[in-house]
Amino acid sequence: MRINKTFVAIAMVATVVLGACGGTAATPTAGPSSGPTTGPTGAPTAAPGAIQINGAGATFPYPLYSQWFYQYAFIDSSVKFNYQSIGSGGGIQQITAKTVDFGASDAILNSDQLAAAAGVQMFPQVAGAVVPVVNLSSLVPPTPSGATAPPVTHLTLNPATLAGIYLGTITKWNDPAIAALNSGVTLPDEDIIVVHRSDGSGTTFIYTDYLANVSPDWKTNVGNASSVQWPVGLGGKGNEGVAGTVQQNEGAIGYVELAYAIANKMNTVSLVNAAGTTVSASIDSTQAALADFGGDMPDTLARSVVNAPGANSWPIAGYTYLLLYLDQTDCTKAQKLVEFVHWAHTADGATFATQLNYVPLPDAVNTQMLAKLDTITCNGAPLP
Amino acid sequence: MSVQTQAAKRPLSSNRGLRALWQHGDGLYRIALVLGSLLVVALVVAIGWELWQGSGLARDKFGIGFLTSSAWDPAINQAFGALPYILGTLVTSGLALLFAVPIGIGTAIFLAELAPRWVAGPVGTLVELLAAVPSVIFGLWGLYVFVPTLVKPLGVGLEDALGFLPLFTGPVYGPSRLAAGLVLAVMILPTITALTRDVLRAVPGSQREAARALGATRWETVWQVLLPYGRSGIFGAVILGLGRALGETIAVTMVIGNNLDLSPSLLHPGYTMASIIANEFTEATYPLYLHALIEIGLVLFVMTLLINAFAQLLLWRVRGAAGARL
Repeated sequence: MRINKTFVAIAMVATVVLGACGGTAATPTAGPSSGPTTGPTGAPTAAPGAIQINGAGATFPYPLYSQWFYQYAFIDSSVKFNYQSIGSGGGIQQITAKTVDFGASDAILNSDQLAAAAGVQMFPQVAGAVVPVVNLSSLVPPTPSGATAPPVTHLTLNPATLAGIYLGTITKWNDPAIAALNSGVTLPDEDIIVVHRSDGSGTTFIYTDYLANVSPDWKTNVGNASSVQWPVGLGGKGNEGVAGTVQQNEGAIGYVELAYAIANKMNTVSLVNAAGTTVSASIDSTQAALADFGGDMPDTLARSVVNAPGANSWPIAGYTYLLLYLDQTDCTKAQKLVEFVHWAHTADGATFATQLNYVPLPDAVNTQMLAKLDTITCNGAPLP
Repeated sequence: MSVQTQAAKRPLSSNRGLRALWQHGDGLYRIALVLGSLLVVALVVAIGWELWQGSGLARDKFGIGFLTSSAWDPAINQAFGALPYILGTLVTSGLALLFAVPIGIGTAIFLAELAPRWVAGPVGTLVELLAAVPSVIFGLWGLYVFVPTLVKPLGVGLEDALGFLPLFTGPVYGPSRLAAGLVLAVMILPTITALTRDVLRAVPGSQREAARALGATRWETVWQVLLPYGRSGIFGAVILGLGRALGETIAVTMVIGNNLDLSPSLLHPGYTMASIIANEFTEATYPLYLHALIEIGLVLFVMTLLINAFAQLLLWRVRGAAGARL
């Protein structure tokens, strides 16, 4: 009986431990499974024995990339793209370790990361905007018929108040600083419930890039990263987690990607931009922001585009990047990758970006990006 | 677990020839079992080794202080600590057991002893179905349905009635430790219920008959005969449930509010070890950050081992005491 008892004990402990660890071990795969599963593998034209090009990285552009790869299988059936949206950090690590053919990142690589992955070049693909959303019933007038003035349906904030709310220095909706910006709105004497992303994400990177840009306090105490130590607030997992928490709490403010806010008809906040005008988030106002910075990108082809100076520019925006080695080792794959990126930035490819509410590159940036792309070599020799 | 228990109790054949054959196969069978068990042990050791190796930078930099620090600042100071996550995991798992154990065992008693067959069958199947629901479904259902319709009103009520206690201070947002505990309770309920039901059904009929013959009521039979008889099995069911609660990731992340709040209030948002790994592992952009997350995994792993070892000790003591009485 002694042995049997030991067996039972071992099996029992092991089952529990493995059961418990299963949850932890499964976490890195949680990202990819949450997106749509259509991809080039489902394309009817994919040729047998096609070249497989593997990539990994950011989740923010994943819907667009998977659409691009799916559509591209109809253009060139000899190549098959496989993209794992494991997050920007994972994308940077994998391209550094050369376990993938291309990486993708929303965050701009810092000097340490660039040094670790010598020869990697960032190629901006599209831009996205991030927009604060609120749940305030006073913004939805009950009966518009009796109103004399047009009802105010969007809250307006300026950099100081937005940063103040997220720093926890402004805690009530009827704070004089907010009231001064919203003369037509009855603001309640309620606590502001701050909501942020709990998962590390490019959305947070862009949002904290903006806050660090407009608030010195934010810059020194919280910083700009995919995950930060939030001074206040509830964390929601993913856009859906933030949206759910905001919708359930009267007096909540959160931030989501513009595309997500549009698709879910959320109540977006208008912002006073660097030029002093009040703008609302849209594809157009984001495009205006990108245009403000002109086409002259630095050699890294990476640039922060928050707090744009133009009068009609939405201030919270950012590029998302492909990461490629400028000197490739597999000439066929290199050729196919370059052809694909060219196609993605033709009129055909750009259509899919705008359909999915991503903001295409300004022409000048596009030209510069493609020119850099054409300098890619294979084992030191130019591509055919 | 139950499979091996049955294997151990396999009745001996009365046929001598067959019995010889069995004994002949015994050696082979034993080798297969030992190898299987060793494989599992090797896996556990390998996981532990990987976690230890992968967390070196964080262990060197923060030492034992990692366990007591509540800093988590990947952007500016690159300082990390595990305290809020350890507390969050313990509190939510504890809450889950608090709710799920009485309900689960109660349901199991009903299914095994009281319910007519036409009820027990379908209800039992439904309970088992609950175990097959993916945890992300529990998470989204929790966030969009369960928390606003039940947990938030409950939280507001608790704050009004018992807000003077540190456990129930406001403000109440909805996503909270209470919400995570309740969602976890729903998730581990089927494990506890189904296993306990099977344990109770496996109690020999003679035990029930003996109790009845002594004039015991149904309640006395359940409470004084069946539950003590199945004690170790039921304990195992609870431990399996606890294992799931400790490691559950996505459902908890959706409803807990992901905040490093250290207040004792159950109505405040919190954070668990599994949640922080799920949230930030993908975007951990520098080695120390990654190592800190893996160290969280190591802490969770060691904690799970300790809890199970403790449970095992408790179980052996209970069994020993029961054996002494008989």
